[in-house]
Amino acid sequence: MIEFTVNGRKRSADVEPEMPLLWVLRDVLDVKGPKYGCGIAQCGACTVHLNGEPVRSCSVPASAAAGQNVLTIEGLAQRGRMHPVQKAWIDHQVPQCGYCQSGQIMAAVALLKKNPNPSDRDIDAAMTNLCRCGTYARIRTAIHAAAQSMKPAKA
Amino acid sequence: MKTAFTPSRRKFLQQSAAIGGGLTFGFHVPEALAQRSDAPGAEMNAWVVIRPDDTVIIRYARAEMGQGSSTGLPMLVAEELECDWRKVRIEFVSTSEQLRRNRAWGSMATGGSRSIRDSQEYLRRAGATAREMLLAAAAQRWKVPGSECDAENGVIIHRPSRRRLRFGQVAQGASKLEPPGEVKLKDPRDWNLIGKSANRLDIPDKVTGKPLFGIDVQLPGMAYAAIAQCPVFRGRLRSVADERILGARGLIKVVKLEDAVAVVADNWWRANRMLKTLPIEWDAGPDGGASTASIREFVRFGLEDTSVPVARDEGDVEAAFAAAAKVIEAEYYAPFLNHAPLEPMNCTALVEGGRVEVWAPTQNAEATHATAAATAGVPLENVDVRLTHLGGGFGRRGFQDYTRQAVAIAKAVEGTPVKLLWSREEDMQHDYYRPMTLMRFKAGLDAAGNLTAWRIRDASHSILAGVRPQDIKEGVDRHALGGIVDLPYGVPNLRIEFAMRNSHVPVGFMRTVFHSQNPFMRECFVDEMAHAAGKDPYEFRRALLQAKPKDLGVLDAAAKASGWGSPLAAGAHRGIAVQDSHGSYAAAVFEVSVSGAGELDIRRVVVAVDPGHVVNPDSAEAQVQSCVAYGLTSVLWGEITLSQGRVEQSNFHDYRIMRLAEMPKNIEAVLVPSGGFWGGMGETPLAPLAPALCNAIFAATGKRIRSLPLSNQGLRLV
Repeated sequence: MIEFTVNGRKRSADVEPEMPLLWVLRDVLDVKGPKYGCGIAQCGACTVHLNGEPVRSCSVPASAAAGQNVLTIEGLAQRGRMHPVQKAWIDHQVPQCGYCQSGQIMAAVALLKKNPNPSDRDIDAAMTNLCRCGTYARIRTAIHAAAQSMKPAKA
Repeated sequence: MKTAFTPSRRKFLQQSAAIGGGLTFGFHVPEALAQRSDAPGAEMNAWVVIRPDDTVIIRYARAEMGQGSSTGLPMLVAEELECDWRKVRIEFVSTSEQLRRNRAWGSMATGGSRSIRDSQEYLRRAGATAREMLLAAAAQRWKVPGSECDAENGVIIHRPSRRRLRFGQVAQGASKLEPPGEVKLKDPRDWNLIGKSANRLDIPDKVTGKPLFGIDVQLPGMAYAAIAQCPVFRGRLRSVADERILGARGLIKVVKLEDAVAVVADNWWRANRMLKTLPIEWDAGPDGGASTASIREFVRFGLEDTSVPVARDEGDVEAAFAAAAKVIEAEYYAPFLNHAPLEPMNCTALVEGGRVEVWAPTQNAEATHATAAATAGVPLENVDVRLTHLGGGFGRRGFQDYTRQAVAIAKAVEGTPVKLLWSREEDMQHDYYRPMTLMRFKAGLDAAGNLTAWRIRDASHSILAGVRPQDIKEGVDRHALGGIVDLPYGVPNLRIEFAMRNSHVPVGFMRTVFHSQNPFMRECFVDEMAHAAGKDPYEFRRALLQAKPKDLGVLDAAAKASGWGSPLAAGAHRGIAVQDSHGSYAAAVFEVSVSGAGELDIRRVVVAVDPGHVVNPDSAEAQVQSCVAYGLTSVLWGEITLSQGRVEQSNFHDYRIMRLAEMPKNIEAVLVPSGGFWGGMGETPLAPLAPALCNAIFAATGKRIRSLPLSNQGLRLV
């Protein structure tokens, strides 16, 4: 039995220690936001936060999540209010098919946490998730917009 | 009743057999955007339901795979309905209702950029009809002439008395009225919604991780299936030592199909892991020795064959070549490509008591329905297909191989719903690939550099040969000749020949279809002609397009927006191309620089598009960006190769997809809708990209690209 916290709730799963976190979330705990795209940490559709760090959950064994905090797209909104990155994604009409977007948003949130004012180069380096619909230009714009909106109000 | 039903049933089956279209129906994924609601409402017609609280439900019968038509199509209805757009909700149609109601929603297929252009008229008419019924109901209630009433933003207004009734107040009565026989559609000048950017209805659910996709379907007691298909196409399963995994944790069943093995388990990871440990013996069949080289040689024979069908023969090309001041020849090649939608193929099915229920991300819902019925051996009436959002489609999801497998597996575990999911590796190695194509051109120019003769020999796989062979007339597949047989240029002597060369590799419709590789070849060769003639490539095309104002229009628009002919930064060079497809017109200009070491810098991309009318400009711009990412991925790196009869690539580490850092930062979508027609928007912008880029590379380097991808040509993106 592996126990960990998912989006603030204690969860447990009777699974093999080597079962990837992605499949524990999707098939055992019915948390469907993280998506399967490649299974080899190439595409990033499965991106979640493990103790605040973005990870590709298809390549993280369940044992590595034991006792840890997992945050998925479903846990991003706070008290019913969307995260500024989600709002920027709507303002800039980013998604097309939407399949990769949970992972893209989780990667963007992690980037902004570490680097509240990323340059284009910083975005290039951090945003390595694949999008087959080609929403990249709008992802870039939305990250810059979210960075602006998250700046503390001037005193 | 039964006889009346027959024609539509036949039509249903015909439609189902045709690949590349349609879709959709109300489905029951938890929290899904398009969930059918049991809340009361008055059905005005098949497309429009209005609730007492003024919510307007507009039904959607196509597939939402990212292109935004689940917003664009409702906009067409709402434009005429005069409802409050903020109160519009969409609902997917299900195939059982489509069957029961005599195909009330027309085609459910989504492909060929047809969703808007093929349904715009009946959707606008549905909106107008409902509006007229609402007006009539209000007029009746007020006992005034209908001509004194207007509909506006979800309200009926009686002009003389300024009385008002909300749609929700009159909908119940209106729905009982006879629909008007004829309605007048608005003049485009009076449109309020069409042509103005609207936020997409599906985006809020897509940024909050809602379970919208086929892969997200979750049913009580559901099992999960992983599949291994014979790695050599047309091969067979010989044997599988399934006793090796008896008693393994989570195992439910091993299902043997003719050309595949599926493991059913209590979660997908276990199913897939067990599958990987299973010793399977395949009978590769006669194609187990095929390689990229052998297939290329086989297709290329079509260029040498002395007797092939002729698609067009005008004037006398041979005499014109003999009289020409200059003759040029070239041969072009485009490889197989995989669609690679990010959501791998999947389908959920339940077979129970002679009925089949299917949940599928499909581009052709009626074909899914018919496939499910045939596989389970039940009548059409005993099947329902519920539609989900698609994690990309690009043409791949019109084919029904995954449906057939899912229903066959579900039949083997009758009473248990099963979700079949392909691994990425299966998806990479079992596509209906973009066809490998070769083309040879010969052109004659007179002393003034005018094009006098053009001969084109196309040697290609045919998609129609697999899906609609009856459309191939006298050996000529005009579909495979897209952009060639209908080329817009005026040339006095023209001969177009077609050699159909089908290898064992299954081929299919991939975004822009033959207009993804044929324009690369045609428009690069036109560039060769221009250079041989000593003329500017833009002016050379202009001269040949004098009888084609729409092609000329986008060519001029792209040239103007890009500043064609104006000085460039040091090291920068331009390339241009034009191509109509899918009912629309597009032209592109690329600005690039290329270092001596082959480092390619794409500095600017300008794409001009004329789709006649633009419904949602913001979505149209998104489609241009999407075509740039999808098209450049193919041009830069795209290649499926074979060895021992099987595909060598297996995942994204060896089938490269463009990433954010590689996306050109300077992309300009120049929308120039000229009105009077309705064209597609999801594919046309892709068509001129490859040749415009390759022509820019030629301008920069003097190296003519005649074979893709660029990664095989010593070029590397920086």
